[in-house]
Amino acid sequence: MSMPTSPNAPRLIIIGNGMVGHHLVEQLIACGAPRDYAITVFGEERHIAYDRVHLSEYFSGRDADSLALASADDYAAHGIDLRLHDTVTAIDRNANEVVTECDRHPYDRLVLATGSYPFVPPIPGNDREKCLVYRTLDDLDAIREAAEDATTGVVVGGGLLGLEAANALRGLNLDTAVVEFAPRLMPMQVDAEGGALLREKIEALGVQVLTDRATQHIEAGETSFHRMVFQDDKMLETDLIVFSAGIRPRDQLARDCALEIGERGGVVIDDRCLTSDPAILAVGEVALWNQSIFGLVAPGYQMAKVAAATLTEGNATFTGADMSTKLKLLGVDVGAIGDAHGDRTPGARTFRYLDEIKQEYRKLVVSSDGKKLLGAMLVGDNATYDTLMQYYANGLALPEDPASLILPSSEGAPTLGPDALPDTATLCSCHNVTKGDVCATLDAGALDLASVKSETRASTGCGGCAALLKSVVDHELAARGVEVDQSICEHFAHTRQELYSLVRVEGIKTFSELIEKHGTTAGHGLGSSSAPKLGSSSAPRLGCDICKPAVASILAACFNEPITDAAHVPLQDTNDTFMANMQKNGTYSVVPRIPGGEITPEKLIVLGEVGKKYGLYTKITGGQRVDLFGAQLHQLPDIWGELIVAGFETGHAYGKATRTVKSCVGSTWCRYGVQDSVGMAIRLEERYKGLRSPHKLKFAVSGCTRECAEAQSKDVGVIATEHGWNLYVCGNGGMRPRHAELFATDLDDAQLIRIIDRFLMFYIRTADRLQRTSVWRENLEGGLDYLKDVVLDDSLGLADELEAQMQHVIDTYECEWANTLSNPEKLKRFRTFVNDSRPDPDIIATEERGQLRPA
Amino acid sequence: MNTATALKSEVTWQTLCSKADLVAHSGVAAWLDGTDTQVALLYLPGRTPEAYAVDNHDPFSNANVIARGIVGDIKGEPVIASPLYKQHFRLSDGVCVEDESVRLHTWEIKIDGDDVMIRA
Ligand SMILES: Cc1cc2nc3c(=O)[nH]c(=O)nc-3n(C[C@H](O)[C@H](O)[C@H](O)COP(=O)(O)OP(=O)(O)OC[C@H]3O[C@@H](n4cnc5c(N)ncnc54)[C@H](O)[C@@H]3O)c2cc1C
Ligand code: SF4
Ligand code: FES
Repeated sequence: MSMPTSPNAPRLIIIGNGMVGHHLVEQLIACGAPRDYAITVFGEERHIAYDRVHLSEYFSGRDADSLALASADDYAAHGIDLRLHDTVTAIDRNANEVVTECDRHPYDRLVLATGSYPFVPPIPGNDREKCLVYRTLDDLDAIREAAEDATTGVVVGGGLLGLEAANALRGLNLDTAVVEFAPRLMPMQVDAEGGALLREKIEALGVQVLTDRATQHIEAGETSFHRMVFQDDKMLETDLIVFSAGIRPRDQLARDCALEIGERGGVVIDDRCLTSDPAILAVGEVALWNQSIFGLVAPGYQMAKVAAATLTEGNATFTGADMSTKLKLLGVDVGAIGDAHGDRTPGARTFRYLDEIKQEYRKLVVSSDGKKLLGAMLVGDNATYDTLMQYYANGLALPEDPASLILPSSEGAPTLGPDALPDTATLCSCHNVTKGDVCATLDAGALDLASVKSETRASTGCGGCAALLKSVVDHELAARGVEVDQSICEHFAHTRQELYSLVRVEGIKTFSELIEKHGTTAGHGLGSSSAPKLGSSSAPRLGCDICKPAVASILAACFNEPITDAAHVPLQDTNDTFMANMQKNGTYSVVPRIPGGEITPEKLIVLGEVGKKYGLYTKITGGQRVDLFGAQLHQLPDIWGELIVAGFETGHAYGKATRTVKSCVGSTWCRYGVQDSVGMAIRLEERYKGLRSPHKLKFAVSGCTRECAEAQSKDVGVIATEHGWNLYVCGNGGMRPRHAELFATDLDDAQLIRIIDRFLMFYIRTADRLQRTSVWRENLEGGLDYLKDVVLDDSLGLADELEAQMQHVIDTYECEWANTLSNPEKLKRFRTFVNDSRPDPDIIATEERGQLRPA
Repeated sequence: MNTATALKSEVTWQTLCSKADLVAHSGVAAWLDGTDTQVALLYLPGRTPEAYAVDNHDPFSNANVIARGIVGDIKGEPVIASPLYKQHFRLSDGVCVEDESVRLHTWEIKIDGDDVMIRA
C-alpha cells in the first residue's frame, strides 16, 4: 500500500492498458508517482494487461489469468483508477479532457499507449465472416470458435506474426497455408537463401507456403467457406482466413487532435517521449521515434521507463533500441541481429554458411576491416545467437577468422562463455539488465536463478534471454563457490538421475545396498542445530518417505522385481504396498485394468457383482475404467481373488506407473475413423502396463483428427492419420494443463512403438522424482528439438539401450496381485489387525444416491 | 526402579502378537487387549531399540492408518510418515515434527523370543 494521493494532485491519464501501458504503470509505482498524480488508466480490452508476446500459448493450454501481467487489486492497492472495457474516443486538447463513450475526464498529463492494430489489406471480401486477425485474447477466442467446424485455414502474411498464427491454426488441427505477397517468407528478417530454407522447413511440417501471391478478392467458396482469388486467377479454398499483414500504429486519437504524426503513421515523440504537445506523451508501438516504429516489447519497455522519468521530473532519454530477434516459428529457429541484410553500412562484408542437408543457414555481416560484427542472420539453428548478439551489442573484437563463429561446432566454433562478457553487457533487453546488475544481486546475497529473476526482473519479459541468464548465473555462482544443492533428500547427496545411474551402472538391486554404499551419514546438510541422536552409532540410516519410494521406482524400472518382495515392500507408499488407493478414511479403492476401455459384458457384470458383494461405491473414472471404493485392508485379497478369476489384472492406479490408455471407438464403428484406435490403445496398454516411472503416465489414442480421446492432454497421445499415426508427447490435464506437442508424424505401428519405448525410457532415466513428462519437458535444456534429436535421431547413441531396457520391463511383467495371491507370506500383510480379525470399527459408512460413502 | 513407577502396579507387560507378524522396516496394526485402542508396531531389525509402538490413529486425518506409513529417519532420528497427509511423527516420543503440539501416544515394547510384548 502506498500513501494516498492528495486531492489536488495533478491528473494523469494513460490511454491503453497493453504491455507497455502496464509497464509504465509499474515504473510510475516504482518511482512513487501515485503520490504525486491521480492516475486513471483506460483500456479498451476486457482484460487487464496481459503478456501479448506469449499470446499463442493461449492455444497451448494457458488461460487469460495466467497470461495476465497484474490483477485489478494491484492497481487498486496503489490508488490507480483502472477502467477496462472503456475506450477513449477523442482527446479535447482545448479543454484538456479525454472523451469516452459516455463521459469526459480532465487531465493535466496524458500518455498514449494505444499500441497498434493488425493491418487488413483492402481486398474486396475481407469483411466476410471468418476473416479474422491475431492480436488480442478476443481475437484468439474468435479464431478458436471459427475453427470448430473448419478443416482448413489460411494466414495472409508470411512475416513473423503470420507464421506464429499459422502454427496456431495447425495446432487447431486445420490444414494450414500461408499466403505471402513478397517472393519469400519473413522478408524483413531473412534474405533469399534464408527464406528458401525457411520455406522448405515449414513445408516439411505440412504447412503449405504460397509466395508472390496477391489476393484479388475473397468470395464464397464451393467446397469451403471462402474462396481466395489471386492475381493470376488461381484460387484457394479455405474455411477461415487470418490476416497478419503487418501492424499499424493506433494513432487515430492523435490525428484527430492534430498532434504531429509521421508520414507513414505513428505519433512523433522526442527523446523524452514527449509528443508535439508537451502535456502529452506516447510510448510503445504507437510512438514514432527518429522515423522508426518499434514493434517489439523491449523498446516499448524502455520508452515506458523514460516516460515515467519525464513525468516525475527524472532524467532519462530514449536513444533507440535494438531490433534483433530470436524466434522459434513452427519449431524452426530464426534469428536476426542488427543489420542482418548488410545493406545499412557501406563497405560491410558478409560470411555465409549453408547446409542443405541439415537445413541450416547462417550469415555474418562484418565491418569492412573484419573487426566488428554489424549483423547476423540465422535460420534453422539459433545456437550461436547469444554469442553473436554479445559480439554485436557490446562491440567486442571479432576473432581472427570470424567465419569460425558460424561454422558447425565440430570445427570448434568459439562460443563466448559467460566469463568473456564485460560487466556492461546487456543480458536482458526487456528489463535492461546487464551482467553487472546480475553480479550485484549475487553479491548482495541472491543464491539462485529464481531470486536473481525476481530481484532484477531479467528474463520476465519476452523470455528470449532465459538461457543466457541461466548460464551467467550458474557461472557466477560457481565462481563464488556456491554449490547448488540438488540432493533428493538428506539421505543421499545425489539427484534422482544420479541415483538412477548408480543403480544401473553398479547393478544395485536393493535400497539397503544403495544407502549403505551411497547414502550420507546422519546429520548431513540441513545445518543441523540439534545434534543427531542415533539409537546406535553404527546403525544404518533408514531413508525417508522421499528417497524410499523414489528408489523403489528406480529399482522397478531397472529390474522389475515384484514391489511386494520383502526387500522392496517397506520402500513403497501405502498405495503401492497394498496395491490399492487409500482414501481419506483409511479404506481403499480398487481399479482393475480395462485396456483401452474395452470390456465385455461378462466382465462388466463381474465388476458389478464384486461391488455389490463387498458394498463398494462404484464410479467410472476419467481413464475409462471402474473404480470400486470403500474396501478395508483385509478385504483386498478376497476382492482380487474374484477379479483375477474373472480375468482381470491389477490396474496400477495406485502407482507412479502406466495408468490407462484411453481410446475412442475409431474406425471399427465411427464413420470418421481412419485407424483402429481401440486396437492400438489395447496394444499400448498391454505393452506398457506395469511400467514404473517418476510419475504417473497417461496415454490416449484417437481414431482421427477429431480427437475424441483427448490424446493431446496426455503424456503420450496418438492420433490416427490417413497414413498411420501422429505422436504427441508431454501433455497434461490436471492442475496445470499443457497441450502435448507434435513429436512425429505418419508413423507405422512398429515405428510408433519404438519411438514411445525410447521416449518413455529416456524420461524415466532423466526426470526428477514426481516430475510429470510436461514439467520434465519444460525443464529439458534444448527443449523439444533436443528430445527429438535424442529419441528420433539417436544423437546420444542411446536408442538401443533404451529399447532393450523397455523390452526387459515388458518381458518381466507380472500382475502384482496375482503374484501376491499365490504367496501366503505376502498375504499376511493384508490384515487390518495382526492379532484380531475384526474390521476397523471406526470406519462408518452412510448411504447417498443409493451407494455407500464415508460418514 | 523408583517407588513412583513401582506403585503403578496395574501396568504390566502383555503379549500383543508374535514376532512373525511384524514386517521389517515397516509397520502393522494390532488391538490392545481389553481396550478400544489400536497400536501401530514398527520393526527396525538391527537397531536399538528394534521395535516401537505408537498410536495407530492419525490425529490429522482421524483415520486409523499410521501403521501403513513409511518408516524413515530425520537426521538419524526414527520417524513414521502418515500415509494420508504425510506429517512425520518421531517414534521415540510420538511428537509430530511439523507441529510439536501434536503427539501420538507411545508405548514401551520389547521382543521376547517369539513374543512381542507391550507395557500397558
Ligand atoms: C502474437 C504476437 C506475438 C508477439 N511476439 C513478440 C515477441 O516474441 N517479441 C516481442 O518483443 N514482441 C512480440 N510481439 C509484439 C508485442 O506484443 C508488442 O510490441 C507489445 O505488446 C506492444 O505493447 P503496446 O502497449 O505498445 O501495445 P499493446 O500491447 O497492443 O497495447 C495497447 C492497448 O491499448 C488499447 N487501446 C488502444 N486504443 C485505445 C483507446 N482508444 N482507448 C483505450 N484503450 C485503447 C488496446 O486495446 C491495447 O490493449 C508480439 C505480438 C503479437 C500479437
Ligand atoms: S476421434 Fe475420430 S474416429 Fe475417434 S470417435 Fe472421434 S471422430 Fe470418431
Ligand atoms: S530480453 Fe526479453 S525477457 Fe530478457
